[in-house]
Amino acid sequence: MAVGKKDISCPPYVKGREIKAEDIKEGKVTYWEHHPDIRYSFTAGQAISRFLKGLKEGKLLATKCDHCGRIMFPPRMFCELCFRPVDEWCEVKDTGVVETFSVSYIDPDAKPLEEPVIVAVISVDGASPKMGFMHILGEVDPDDVYIGMKVKAVWKSESEREGSVTDIKYWKPLEG
Amino acid sequence: MLMEIERIKGLNFHKKQDVAIVGAGITTFKRRLNETGKELSYYAVKQALEEAGLGIEDIEMVVMGSAPDAFDGLHMKGEYLLDGSGGSDRPYMRVFVGGGTGVFAPIAGYWHVASGLADVCLVVCEEKMSSCHPHPQSAFKYIWDPILDRPLQPNLIWIFALEMRRYMHVNNIKHEDIALVSVKNKANALDHPAAQLAERITVEDVLNSEPMALPVRRLDVSPPSDGASALIMVAPHIARQLTDDPVWVAGVGWALDTTWWTNRDLYFPRYVAEAARMAYKMAHITEPRKEIDVAEPYDPFDYKELHHMEGLGLARKGEAPILTREGVTARDGDLPTCPSGGLLGVGNPIAATMGVKVAELYWQLAYRAGKRQVAKEVTRGVAQAWGDLMQVGTVVVLSNKR
Ligand SMILES: [Zn+2]
Repeated sequence: MAVGKKDISCPPYVKGREIKAEDIKEGKVTYWEHHPDIRYSFTAGQAISRFLKGLKEGKLLATKCDHCGRIMFPPRMFCELCFRPVDEWCEVKDTGVVETFSVSYIDPDAKPLEEPVIVAVISVDGASPKMGFMHILGEVDPDDVYIGMKVKAVWKSESEREGSVTDIKYWKPLEG
Repeated sequence: MLMEIERIKGLNFHKKQDVAIVGAGITTFKRRLNETGKELSYYAVKQALEEAGLGIEDIEMVVMGSAPDAFDGLHMKGEYLLDGSGGSDRPYMRVFVGGGTGVFAPIAGYWHVASGLADVCLVVCEEKMSSCHPHPQSAFKYIWDPILDRPLQPNLIWIFALEMRRYMHVNNIKHEDIALVSVKNKANALDHPAAQLAERITVEDVLNSEPMALPVRRLDVSPPSDGASALIMVAPHIARQLTDDPVWVAGVGWALDTTWWTNRDLYFPRYVAEAARMAYKMAHITEPRKEIDVAEPYDPFDYKELHHMEGLGLARKGEAPILTREGVTARDGDLPTCPSGGLLGVGNPIAATMGVKVAELYWQLAYRAGKRQVAKEVTRGVAQAWGDLMQVGTVVVLSNKR
């Protein structure tokens, strides 16, 4: 190719052979399948272990940094801004405000869901502003959800709770 | 002790030598390609070498960019891709910042040359998303926090839908205005030989397309793809031997925001603004809207082009949709944006999108973009990418004047 010339159009060609779904069905393509079966168990760590224990007890726990004054939710054992240990644990409310939301028609593998799921970032009351948390909304029509809507956690019963974010079934509109 | 220092120390950057781009390559982008990642990388590298007039023996060091290993199903993907990338028997490294990799890899190539460690550095980016079944989204689910997020059965699209909704709400933007980006980029891609999803569509087509995670619909999103791309970056004395018209790297910048993404206001990409501040300062740009002639902001979703234009200072907050509606960002507009056709039109093989971001900007500034060449005269342009948990911004400013 002519180096340094402007009168060429780039890319001058493109390589690569496309495979269509039919090519695979008709056995025109050589491929090898492998289904790895690797399992993981994740430790929850210092802060989130305590947070999960709080969920089991029906409480939302946060941590406070006295240096910047933030009440951080979800809680952490160090403040990432001040880069120092947190000073204390505190309980925040199980009510909050919808900061943003989506109505999802797909599951984690992009397969269609029969019923859409409403997911939201909820700023939790009692934590510092914009200390949001991702969770699911329920008992509400997708068309009725709006940014700024006040919501309240709907907990599983005490016996059903296992120390997981799913101990809250969903958040529902807070009337009044 | 609180010291008075710049947040990003790179703002006081010292370099050994300037860096020029003298060649680029790209494979076709398709949902599924027969070639392996190694073979795709080889094709892209060969093309870049041809344009530069160099042989593989002229390459001193190699930077490889590729996104999560889980797509290919191969850990240590950098090593797997080594031979196809021309990396054997020379200094070689892989860099990775999720979707931001396509612009981060050339940044890494830049520091190899700017530092004086190398005079000729090859940058290669590859992605082979089709290996993963049932859908590449199945690999994305391992990006989520295992304890706080995964029990909720999330799809990665959620995070973008939440950001898009917040952006629309705060700036009072309608979906119609956002859909215009998809319409523009897919039409621009008709002139790109590598394009996977080039087509003429209407705003209504976007608004009526299948809902994924509302407000995100099928035609708001770029497709998963296989593909590779390459760039050759050289020192000034090498550039002079190869061409009278090299394109120079005027500035680079990158920044990451906190992984506590639900603690950030999603309406504005702070990570891009920080990265742009660094790149512009290096490039001596103070008014990007006036000084940038052509832009390739990262557009895996239509709203992202707008969001990123605002982060890059090419539009005020909430102004990018207005510029789009007025045709300012069209190929014949005052600020042509994604003239390549972008990820929405050409395809989204994550890291390999370097070929429609930095490589496209290089071809535009070298006046080699053929049918895609923007109408106006161009001196300076910006390319940008974004990724991880919505927190990395990577920015490169190129100029055809040193
Ligand atoms: Zn603090």
